[in-house]
Amino acid sequence: MSTVFKVEDLSVEFRTSRGTVRAVDNLSFSVGASETVAIVGESGSGKSTAALACLRLIANPPGRIASGRILLEGRDILALDDAGLRAVRGRQVAMIFQDPMMALNPVFTIERQVGEVLRLHLGLDRRAAAAEVVELLRLVGVPAPEERARQYPHNLSGGMRQRVMIAMALACRPKLLIADEPTTALDVTVQAQVLDLIQSLKERFGMAVLLITHDLGVVAETAHRVIVMYAGRKVEEGSTQEIFKDPRHPYTRGLLEAAQWEEGDGNLLREIPGTVPSPFDMPRGCSFAPRCARAIAHCRKEAPELRELASRRPVACFVAHGERG
Amino acid sequence: MNAIAANPAVPAVLEAVDIVKHYPVRGGFFAPPRYVHALDGVSFALAAGETLAVVGESGCGKSTLARCVMRLEEPTSGRIVLAGRDITHLARGQLRGLRRTMQIVFQDPYASLNPRWSIGSIVGDPIRLHEPLAREARRARVAELLETVGLGAEFMDRHPHELSGGQRQRVAIARAIAVNPSIVICDEPVSSLDVSIQAQVVNLLKRLQRSLGMAYVFISHNLALVGHISDRVAVMYLGQVVEFADARALRGKRLHPYSQALFSAAPVADPDAAARKTRIILTGDVPSPVDPPGGCRFRTRCSHRQDRCATEAPALRAVEGRWVRCHFAGDAGFAPEPGTLA
Amino acid sequence: MSRARAFWRRYRNNRTAVGGAVVLVAVVLLAIAGPWAYSVDPFDMVGRPAELPSGEHLFGTDVAGRDMLAGILHGGRVSLLIGVMASLAASVFGLAMGAVAGFYGGRIDDLIMRTTEFFLTIPSFVLAVVLVAIFSPTVANITMAIAVVSWPSVARLARAEFIAQRDRDYVLGCRAIGMPDWEIITLQILPNALPPLIVVSSLMVATAILTESGLSFLGLGDPNQISWGYMIGVARTVLRTSWWMAAIPGVMILITVLAINLVGEGLNDALNPRLRTR
Repeated sequence: MSTVFKVEDLSVEFRTSRGTVRAVDNLSFSVGASETVAIVGESGSGKSTAALACLRLIANPPGRIASGRILLEGRDILALDDAGLRAVRGRQVAMIFQDPMMALNPVFTIERQVGEVLRLHLGLDRRAAAAEVVELLRLVGVPAPEERARQYPHNLSGGMRQRVMIAMALACRPKLLIADEPTTALDVTVQAQVLDLIQSLKERFGMAVLLITHDLGVVAETAHRVIVMYAGRKVEEGSTQEIFKDPRHPYTRGLLEAAQWEEGDGNLLREIPGTVPSPFDMPRGCSFAPRCARAIAHCRKEAPELRELASRRPVACFVAHGERG
Repeated sequence: MNAIAANPAVPAVLEAVDIVKHYPVRGGFFAPPRYVHALDGVSFALAAGETLAVVGESGCGKSTLARCVMRLEEPTSGRIVLAGRDITHLARGQLRGLRRTMQIVFQDPYASLNPRWSIGSIVGDPIRLHEPLAREARRARVAELLETVGLGAEFMDRHPHELSGGQRQRVAIARAIAVNPSIVICDEPVSSLDVSIQAQVVNLLKRLQRSLGMAYVFISHNLALVGHISDRVAVMYLGQVVEFADARALRGKRLHPYSQALFSAAPVADPDAAARKTRIILTGDVPSPVDPPGGCRFRTRCSHRQDRCATEAPALRAVEGRWVRCHFAGDAGFAPEPGTLA
Repeated sequence: MSRARAFWRRYRNNRTAVGGAVVLVAVVLLAIAGPWAYSVDPFDMVGRPAELPSGEHLFGTDVAGRDMLAGILHGGRVSLLIGVMASLAASVFGLAMGAVAGFYGGRIDDLIMRTTEFFLTIPSFVLAVVLVAIFSPTVANITMAIAVVSWPSVARLARAEFIAQRDRDYVLGCRAIGMPDWEIITLQILPNALPPLIVVSSLMVATAILTESGLSFLGLGDPNQISWGYMIGVARTVLRTSWWMAAIPGVMILITVLAINLVGEGLNDALNPRLRTR
């Protein structure tokens, strides 16, 4: 499987009145064609910032990409000029967001907005674009697409709007789709529909998908590989099977246990005590150590680097690599 | 329609009887009046110390139910009975005293606390309104409450914007239990929180229930979660209860086609189970509650619909020890669930 | 950082707002201390008419030989007094009306809104003129008239704020614990609704000063008080020959109103920062 998208040592910083913080710290990963890679983390993990950075969507100021390379089929997106970047955005790499109402312009019709992508990138004229929009809406499962194309975003339900956003994203058959919490704001039954849709379209077009989410259920059902982030860093990576069946990093373990609602029967759930550290107040050593039940002295002195286990799985944890207190 | 009680012999601490709530929709000047059918005849009975879950997606009316029962909104018709007393039309003044028996925790921890006041004031408000404690005694009680919910007394002088989502939700819970209510309505209390914090807050709610003996009405869209912590579950769709069962029984089997779809749609954090599961994908969107479909409201999305479903609206009937709103549920061979769930 | 400190910090960073505040403070000090320090009666004839500014009369004399500087200083008192009092009265009354209309809705909302609409359809200056003409022109009546034409816009703003806030979860929470309505309105919602009202009220002082100046210019001011508008009014006939007689009070009005506007905008930026951290 060829690598479509590769991120190397990405770091993103933000300048605030209280100093500079690193929202993403030396993140590296890759996504292959037809592969779904999920980045999992909670608030403050940096996953959404990383996703935005992939398309250079970080507002500068106050943010900036401090280091790293973002390679789309070998070409560094960070080195592109404005024209080159515009040719990539929407065409080679597309993004869908959590709240479709925010992403859609309320004063333009669906036809106009989806058509804009086609006219801009593929040079279609208005008539051809309108016809293609109807086809795209049909492709994403919007019933009565001819009528819907002429409607406005507020006439559509949340699930439909998300489909429209997917249609916009796929209009130019991008090589990579970045989905930032695409179903978090949707009802469960609609979520199922949308995830199903993304899966089938991915298979049909051989697209790579980078899925950003905090929902482990969604990850289990759709992803091939999983990257777990905590406080801006990658702490573990592996195939979906490996991560769910054999999690090595204590944070991954904690997340999985907290998400298993089915177990227990009136018993208390296993919880992770404490909260994610503020980026202004990062603990010395491993950022997870204050909440970790298995932390040893070394954890509080030095931040662990990502090292591969015997099974070629990168984990950033001293204890996972066999150290004892 | 009799209120649905788990055990008719045990007195219910809260009863909702046939609650109907319609919101008028302003049409054009000459258009006939239309209504949003937020609730159309919902009933339940809550026993002391019990956890009753109300599950459904957006637009099903679960939050409206919570507000009607708390009389934060007035139901169009129906009765609310609190500890045997009909409070549906009680005047504001008389209602005030009863407010201490029934409390509510909201979904959004960022919107439910007034940003201008300190945590101490916020948690102290119900005490100030209902108990004749002097200021010092009140502060001591607030400190105690904060400890009980896992925050220290040092949080008293802080303001909501200094706290995280999980911490704010704990403050909301502290305020809700401040005057020892017998019922707490939890309206999606953990939906806005991170997964690891959800577990903390749910555990807190369970611990409090054990020590204080409160009954919960737990509203959520997360089926796995409610299956874990509730005694009985009511599944709602478009303003009506479509299935009402014992939690364990519902975990094992769902009889109403919507309950089945809901359960199968919920993502499972286990790749093997996910691969095994055959998904029931509903077609179409939820119909608008302004003009709910005639007959059975679920028929537009139900893959098992028949002619009778369009002409005759099904009532809740007893099937296999639970209540189901479907003409055919429980019939031999009807709507077998594909695959199995844990 | 506490909200008050954060507010001052944001305000301090806005140079024009700080500049406006400095000028405003200077004007206020001048108005308060000036007449006490320079005790010439502005109505006294102290020299020949239309004298140019000189060592004896810093701003010269007006058409009747009265000291212009005394007029400026005393006039400042009157203008600021009327401006502040009218704005205060309009704000308090408008806030009360708007809060009740917004919180309760229904018929009382309709009643109050129809009343405000009535006022808003009539040009406010014209209505002020009519009111002052009906009741005799005194400082108190002028203040009242300006307040009467200004309260409706405050009421509508307050109503909008209260409508926005009343369905928020924290208000529902207060109702759920049995808090009485008056407490919810004054102690819970009001502190959150204040920022835009503060801005509007401060800007209203400027409008009130302009309205008062207009009334005085037309001769409807209090005949026993000098005000800047009056000074411009009496200089009307000699505008082409002795233009400074109108220009000096005019510039004072300009500076004051400009300073108030800068302060108001500064308050707006400081109270409603765009980047709110959750």
